[in-house]
Amino acid sequence: MNQTFSNLLRRLAAVGLLVTATASAADLGWPEKEELTFGFIKLTDMAPLAIAQEKGFFEDEGLYVSLEAQSNWRVLLERTISGELDGAHMLAGQPLGATIGYGTEAHIITAFTMDLNGNACTVSNEVWNLMKPGLEKKDGKPVHPIPASALLPAIEHSQNRGQPFRMGMVFPVSTHNYELRYWLAAGGIHPGFYAPQRGDTSGTLNSDVNISVTPPPQMPSTLEAGTINGYCVGEPWNQQAVFRNIGVPVIADEAIRNNVAEKVFGVTNGWAERYPNTHVRVVRALIRAGHWLDKDNNANRQEAARIIAQSRYVGADYEVIANSMTGVFEYEKGDVRPAPDFNVFFRYHATYPFYSDAVWYLTQMRRWGQIPEAKPDSWYLDMAKKVFRPDIYRQAAESLIADGLMTAADFPDFASESGFRAPDATRFIDGITFDGQSPNAYLEQFSIGLKGNDTP
Amino acid sequence: MNTTTLIRQLSSYRPSLDRDSLLKLSRRILGALGAPLLGLAMFLLLWQLAAARIDTSLGSFPGPMDVAGQAANLYQEHRAERERAVVFMERQEQRIQARLAQDPDWEPVRRGYTGPPTFFDQIGTSLLTVLAGFALASVIAIPLGIVMGLSRFASNAINPLVQIFKPVSPLAWLPIVTLVVAAVYVSDDPMFSRSFVVSMITVMLCCIWPTLINTSVGVTTVSQDLNNVSRVLRLGWFTHVRRIVLPSAIPMMFTGLRVSLGIAWMVLIAAEMLAQNPGLGKFVWDEFQNGSSDSLSRIMVAVLAIGLIGFLLDRIMLIIQRRVDWQKGAVS
Repeated sequence: MNQTFSNLLRRLAAVGLLVTATASAADLGWPEKEELTFGFIKLTDMAPLAIAQEKGFFEDEGLYVSLEAQSNWRVLLERTISGELDGAHMLAGQPLGATIGYGTEAHIITAFTMDLNGNACTVSNEVWNLMKPGLEKKDGKPVHPIPASALLPAIEHSQNRGQPFRMGMVFPVSTHNYELRYWLAAGGIHPGFYAPQRGDTSGTLNSDVNISVTPPPQMPSTLEAGTINGYCVGEPWNQQAVFRNIGVPVIADEAIRNNVAEKVFGVTNGWAERYPNTHVRVVRALIRAGHWLDKDNNANRQEAARIIAQSRYVGADYEVIANSMTGVFEYEKGDVRPAPDFNVFFRYHATYPFYSDAVWYLTQMRRWGQIPEAKPDSWYLDMAKKVFRPDIYRQAAESLIADGLMTAADFPDFASESGFRAPDATRFIDGITFDGQSPNAYLEQFSIGLKGNDTP
Repeated sequence: MNTTTLIRQLSSYRPSLDRDSLLKLSRRILGALGAPLLGLAMFLLLWQLAAARIDTSLGSFPGPMDVAGQAANLYQEHRAERERAVVFMERQEQRIQARLAQDPDWEPVRRGYTGPPTFFDQIGTSLLTVLAGFALASVIAIPLGIVMGLSRFASNAINPLVQIFKPVSPLAWLPIVTLVVAAVYVSDDPMFSRSFVVSMITVMLCCIWPTLINTSVGVTTVSQDLNNVSRVLRLGWFTHVRRIVLPSAIPMMFTGLRVSLGIAWMVLIAAEMLAQNPGLGKFVWDEFQNGSSDSLSRIMVAVLAIGLIGFLLDRIMLIIQRRVDWQKGAVS
């Protein structure tokens, strides 16, 4: 009796130890599935996957990963849902859109944000020549950020010829779509509403500018062909336009709104429930990769650019990739400006899945009619919590700290972190502040866009 | 004039030949070897001249030398990838031993290299897929064609369907095949990957028709004399088909098979490109998406490889046809 009692005590003590001292890799449990296939789109922000692969971070977790380039975001999403891919490099809006049932419905979650910023809007040379004379200049160079109202002469020019002004973005729920719309609307140009309740998913209702989908790698050739007058896309496809003399980047997304989750690592909820240990270990490897990418003030960025310039990853020329990866960005040919935060992979707790980022995307879906009816603030929060999973991230981060691979200073203070960025953490081009806790009040501040009980 | 006859003539060459026949012979050599070489040289020259004048957004169009350089490069990459694979296997073994030390009950799985397929791997995958699709099509088309050729009723029943489906392009089939395969081909541990099955079935659907039509026509044109012989001998149905129908239909059938294989190869590249199935089509698409300054040269290497393989496949079919055809030499 006595002995069983002391045994019990010892066991209780052991459990207590496990709870207080966080679990290291050995306690996490081995991965349930070791051979994994992850999808990606040829963009520089797939870098955390390439680095985790090349630096052996996946293998350190006992994972054997194949990385497969996908032709476009739709194919990537469908293949993740069908299980052909175990997980993928996704637009932050994709897990949210899929979970709320905009497009293909599927419960997709994310426990890892791959990067912040990293996009830009580019216009064709013709458009640039029309907008350039009207720009405010200092020392002969245009003053940044360039407001979207500078596009008005070019839009008028198209309309006078009886053609709509067309711009490309990469996916209906992509960051690029919302950034482009945000920028245009901030300049007084109506980007158009969606009306899915009537089956209208073109997003061009009431629009001054027609916005349509083009896969990222095809952006430069579509611009060159004249099918679109400009686009918003991730790198290297803006710098590619500069190198090939077919267009001019006019604004980087960090000037439109900075430091909101850009790409995330998405898996289906079913997959995450079947393979919990595998999932935590994937997140561990990705955190280490993100950390490596931003380490010592971007010291590793040149090496990273060389790695992803291989044709198995992004495959564009090294010079084009390095242009934006190494802290500068080239606008008009020769107009190279410093852009240290153009790609953020780890700073500002970039990899942590903030609920407020999810809420911001949901507000934009509401603003442009992809969510056609009013939703209470609690709905935004519930959806954010259903998709963004800081609990899994925390498990991975704490085990990395326990293993001595990372330090607690690398992460937010998990005990006090609410998952909401401070309202002043994100700077918007129109000066509006965003508080993730009250999405409806945020929407009220816009003059262009749906709010309250509006329906498109 | 083909090469075999040329060689036969060369081997029968006697020094006693006069000037006239020597001249004739050299003209023949020129015709057989010189003309193709001249055509090739002209093509390369035109290519080189034109290439320098075409300025794409990815730089100027690659000339023959750039393409040759990239071909060598692709081979180097293939070699390098094989070396990476060896290193990977060693590293995997070390990791397995390390884990076994911690976790002795674990049953390790030794997996193949997880790196990306090289250009040559992609060629292998494409060949395998095309042959599987072509084999599947032939297995269906030949028996069906024989039935159609023997029975006017079956022919009338099936012919309208053939006419409707024959002109459908792989691009139209692909979405349907993809969705149906995704719904029907569900297994936890599939023997073939789903993308392989999708490509194979698309190829099958597009290349089945020439074999089917030619087989049925071949069967209907069996000479009446032979049919009468069969009747007199009171041959059974199977013996009739095997001894009379098949041998007579073989020239037509093989013409159909050759056309089918050509279509299969063309369709496969398109299917791989669209469906992102592994293979040469995926290679071309990936390179197009890369948009690097080498991309065009690498795509040209793939284009030439595709053409060369298509040509070789046709030659192989021709050799098989010569082997099985009882009217030797009736084909070219």
